[in-house]
Amino acid sequence: MLPKLSGEQVLEQLRLAIVIRRFEEELIKLAGSRDIGHFHVYIGQEMTGVPALYLLERGDLSFTTHRNHGHLLARGVPASQMYAEILGKETGMMGGRGGTLHLCSMEHGFPTTSSAVGGATPLATGAAFGFQRLGQDRVSVCLFGDGALEEGSWHESINIAAMEKLPVIYLCENNSLEALGQKAGEYPSSTLAAVDLIDLVTPFGVPTIQIDGCDAGAVHAAMGEALHRARSGGGATFIEARTVRWPGNRPIWPELSTGETNFAMAWDSSLVPTEYREWHAEQDAVLRFIREILAEGLIEPEAILAMDAEVSAEMKEAVEFALASNYPPAAAAMEKVLA
Amino acid sequence: MRTLTYGQAMVEGLRELLESDDRIHIMGQYFLGLTPQRALVGELAAEHPDRFYYPPIAELGYLGTAIGAAMTGMRPIVDLATASFMFQAWAQITEEMANIHYMSDGQTKVPMVFHFNHGIRGGGAAQHSHSPQAMLWNTPGMEIMLPSTPYDVKGLLKTAASTDNPTAWGDHVKLFMMEGEVPEEDYAIPFGVADIKREGSDVTIVATSLMVQRSLAAAGKLASEGISVEIVDPRTIVPLDEAAILESVAKTGRLVVVDECHRSCGVGAEFSAIVAEKAFGYLKSPIRRVVTEDVPIPFSPPMEEYVEPTEAKIIQAVKEVID
Ligand SMILES: Cc1ncc(C[n+]2csc(CCOP(=O)(O)OP(=O)(O)O)c2C)c(N)n1
Ligand SMILES: [Mg+2]
Repeated sequence: MLPKLSGEQVLEQLRLAIVIRRFEEELIKLAGSRDIGHFHVYIGQEMTGVPALYLLERGDLSFTTHRNHGHLLARGVPASQMYAEILGKETGMMGGRGGTLHLCSMEHGFPTTSSAVGGATPLATGAAFGFQRLGQDRVSVCLFGDGALEEGSWHESINIAAMEKLPVIYLCENNSLEALGQKAGEYPSSTLAAVDLIDLVTPFGVPTIQIDGCDAGAVHAAMGEALHRARSGGGATFIEARTVRWPGNRPIWPELSTGETNFAMAWDSSLVPTEYREWHAEQDAVLRFIREILAEGLIEPEAILAMDAEVSAEMKEAVEFALASNYPPAAAAMEKVLA
Repeated sequence: MRTLTYGQAMVEGLRELLESDDRIHIMGQYFLGLTPQRALVGELAAEHPDRFYYPPIAELGYLGTAIGAAMTGMRPIVDLATASFMFQAWAQITEEMANIHYMSDGQTKVPMVFHFNHGIRGGGAAQHSHSPQAMLWNTPGMEIMLPSTPYDVKGLLKTAASTDNPTAWGDHVKLFMMEGEVPEEDYAIPFGVADIKREGSDVTIVATSLMVQRSLAAAGKLASEGISVEIVDPRTIVPLDEAAILESVAKTGRLVVVDECHRSCGVGAEFSAIVAEKAFGYLKSPIRRVVTEDVPIPFSPPMEEYVEPTEAKIIQAVKEVID
């Protein structure tokens, strides 16, 4: 289902989704040629982040995690600055202080990014507390993985949000449905007694919405409802967006196992390879979004390829910018400990 | 003697413990972080599936679970993975674990070990680079081991698992591939006994964990310039072999402390204070600390290097105390 938005807006979301996909693919390629440390990519979750954050207004705040790249790109943070930060260059948004795990940009509504699982749930709750008590008509969005529900901080936070009817949206991106990773020695996935994550929320009385996180229209509708509730004094909402784990995210270090995405697979099934057929034919949320867009006749396939070519060129340029940028002066490390 | 990597020696120690003592159970599996050798832990877990527990991402919950289990006679060895995650478990470590024996007038014992990988591993940035051993040392009620070689990690682990006290066990990811001699026969290294990692006469360096290796590299270079460095590795900071430190300073008359904790109130600050208090008369020059600067750890490689104790900084500090 497409988001209930104008054709132009839907195509804007498509562009953002392609930006995220190509950004992450270029990053994985870059990691193949030089040591850039451990990082996490957002491939497969684009159709949660893009429509969800599309609805935010200036002044709203979002708190994200180690898997933050897609969230920042969805809010328009320039790819060049993000690559620069990931490479530790002075042209990065934080001048090289934070790197991939902590990408943030106050200008785009990301005040700080915690890579401690569950680290930001209280912070997002606190931002909502501030908005409410200072009388600001703003919403705080807490973006986190299913893993954060295993930490106590989340339970403490939602209790506060529920009691105080805070304008916060807990958007849980559940990418661990298969939950086999840990046993297979792969990337860890959730270890929760609750089978249905929203069962954890019910006792707090916070409304829950469970959606297919690969369905852009469902994400749009859920976020719309949650934002309306928050802005009208109705308090918090918990959304569980279920996504499919991209095969390249199975190993501890991401790998381009499904190759660089060929968006033409969306309309030409003869291009779908037998390897990872299920991923390309059914699970890849961006390909699914494109199929829905084409079915509505919002754009011609050639124009999608042209959009992709433009985005891909931009990403390559952004990587070049980052590579050509200087490292910060080492002594700058001593600055900004305190305000 | 055969050589093993640090990672192999550690896992061999864990294996022998599991085989010799039914009370030992392991919680967590990231003893070797995400390094290639982590497969060794996987193999061990496959051999002893009923002795491994894989906790949720709930450091406070599972570390506390280990404390409770230890009171029943179990001897849990808990892995917290990256040291920074310890802060999630902080209340259970400092408020509960460390106080129980004392508060109960010795009635209740907490024979557990908890493991963490501390320090600047490269690109870990502010939230994955902590060296919390000074914070732990500021919490009476636990023993703290900080090995620096394959031989030491295995031998200290054996002691940690056999005492009735909670033990904090800090490793450094940058040590895991290091090779060293480890005997086939069983052995244990008693706590509170320092090891002189290098004998020398001009300057004493006191260091733990990875900083011992970095100091050894610096000492090698200084030797070629005619400067003789003695390196004292306390191996455990609780209990601490003060006598070994003081004796060495009495011999050389000069002290450089190398430590990955932050400058203020770090492990290095405590070593310095002990020497200033008890061996002041022997000092020919002021003590120097080569430590991590008082800033959160930055991500960018040149900034990271700027704030951490490097070989070049150790060499410079040694030359300064000699001048
Ligand atoms: C407090 C803490 N404990 C452990 C970790 C190590 N860690 C990093 S990512 C991760 C899994 C997180 O899973 P989830 O929240 O579902 O996010 P996903 O990576 O699946 O998007 C873990 C355990 C951490 N970063 N912080
Ligand atoms: Mg997950």
